[in-house]
Amino acid sequence: MDLFLKIVAAAAMGMMVFYAWRAYQQWQQQGPKPQKGDWQAAILPLAMVMGLVVLLIAMVR
Amino acid sequence: MANPQYSVLSGAQSAISANKVLKNTYMLLSATLGFSALMAVVSMSLALPSWMYLVSVIGAMVMGIFVLPRTANSSSGIGVIFAITGLLGLGLGSILTMYLALPRGPEIIATAFAGTGLIFLGLSGYALTSKRDFSFMGGFLFAGIMVVFMAAIANIFLAMPALSLAVSGGIILLMSGFILFDTSRIINGGETNYIMATYGLYLSIFNIFISLLQILGIMSSDE
Repeated sequence: MDLFLKIVAAAAMGMMVFYAWRAYQQWQQQGPKPQKGDWQAAILPLAMVMGLVVLLIAMVR
Repeated sequence: MANPQYSVLSGAQSAISANKVLKNTYMLLSATLGFSALMAVVSMSLALPSWMYLVSVIGAMVMGIFVLPRTANSSSGIGVIFAITGLLGLGLGSILTMYLALPRGPEIIATAFAGTGLIFLGLSGYALTSKRDFSFMGGFLFAGIMVVFMAAIANIFLAMPALSLAVSGGIILLMSGFILFDTSRIINGGETNYIMATYGLYLSIFNIFISLLQILGIMSSDE
């Protein structure tokens, strides 16, 4: 990749980091707090996604 | 004293409203995904260069941050979301052209496509049937996005395959979290604009597909 394209890509991603930072602050201040069992309910499907990705990798190897 | 009849009516109305947003979101999501696929085919038939991907992602990013939120409450928002997804489809086409040139390219693309579909349908089904509110994940997901993007910025200059794999893996997990987050916000009334809801879900699907392509592309090579 040209240096120019690398700098443009880095600048665009930097803009996304700034945007995510503002969203993060907003959700930290105003977002709901997790209740008991909420994280467990979220981690279970995410673990299944990880398992699926591992399975897909095994399929293409 | 609160009128219980009014509370029941109000609850029913909000459920009807959430169902309407959900239905409109899925209809618009289907249309934008179809349009994106069409633009990807156009891009592949024109054999657009790979830098087109970067240009399209930056263009879509700028439109998504600065134009879409201003137009999402009007009919012009529909045109803007089709412009964004069409642009991303054009960029995707140039990446798919590169993968098709690989020895096992078509297999990698088909596997990534099937995997993305399974992840989206599974997570959406889970969020819809569990009826849980996953909006508590907002702070965590945006913090994760910051970390992953900073690692991705570093990897533009370092070009380390291991870091690239880690970034792609992180993006798949975060975007999976965003599917739960966005879907639960729609069904719990946190997101009432179906154009913005479609944009969020579309980006999650797009990023999962691109990251899966990258992981499967790296892991399938014998080197």
